[in-house]
Amino acid sequence: MTEPRTTEGGAPVPAGHDRLVIFAWSGDLDRVWPTLILATTAAAMGMRATVFFTFWGLFPLVRNDVRITGENWMQKMLSLMNRGGTEHLKLSKMNLAGAGPAMMRKLARDHKVASPTELLRLARDLGVRLVPCQMTMDLLGLRREDLVEGLDEPAGATTALLEAKDAITLLI
Amino acid sequence: MSATVAKSLDVRGLSCPLPIVRTAQAMRDLAPGELVEVLATDPGSVPDFEAWCRSTGNTLVERSEEGGVYRFLVRKG
Repeated sequence: MTEPRTTEGGAPVPAGHDRLVIFAWSGDLDRVWPTLILATTAAAMGMRATVFFTFWGLFPLVRNDVRITGENWMQKMLSLMNRGGTEHLKLSKMNLAGAGPAMMRKLARDHKVASPTELLRLARDLGVRLVPCQMTMDLLGLRREDLVEGLDEPAGATTALLEAKDAITLLI
Repeated sequence: MSATVAKSLDVRGLSCPLPIVRTAQAMRDLAPGELVEVLATDPGSVPDFEAWCRSTGNTLVERSEEGGVYRFLVRKG
């Protein structure tokens, strides 16, 4: 027999559509942005929101002051060509060697749209569960200390799928 | 009914989702029944505040607009 699932505070986990689970697979600015907007908004609406970060989606969680990650030359090369951190995200189209994201960030500032960095901070403050994928961390050579603070314990697909059961799920 | 505002929040100029997120953060300090007043300029915040109140059990007591500034009065549920 399984115990009824509870949140950290001991309250029952809200059922069905009171929960949002996003599988954040991409490290592109134009995908990370809506991921964080939806997660923070869901939390603000009283929903239990979880983001499971996997593959390229892990790199936005790398601390902005960490330059090179990885244990071996392949992982180091990967991080060299794909710098992590919310301040260094690229656009999936019109990247223009970095000019695209720079213009996008300028537009966002002018329109007072919260940056991914601020949204990530808000997400933590609102209790969004930010779960890094353990397997991809190992594969890409990302250590816990390379990533920002305030994340949940790294976990696997089982944890993510259990959380996603009956929840609104998105793959972004 | 007493309409004393317990907290005022100025989110003028801020874009989605910050008006709602900041309001949700501000509500944490309030007791049920207390009122928060929010000033916003994002036109999207009009439907968003209604939807947010429906989903959170808070009540949108008043909504007005003057010179492009929306004023929402929300009672904590």
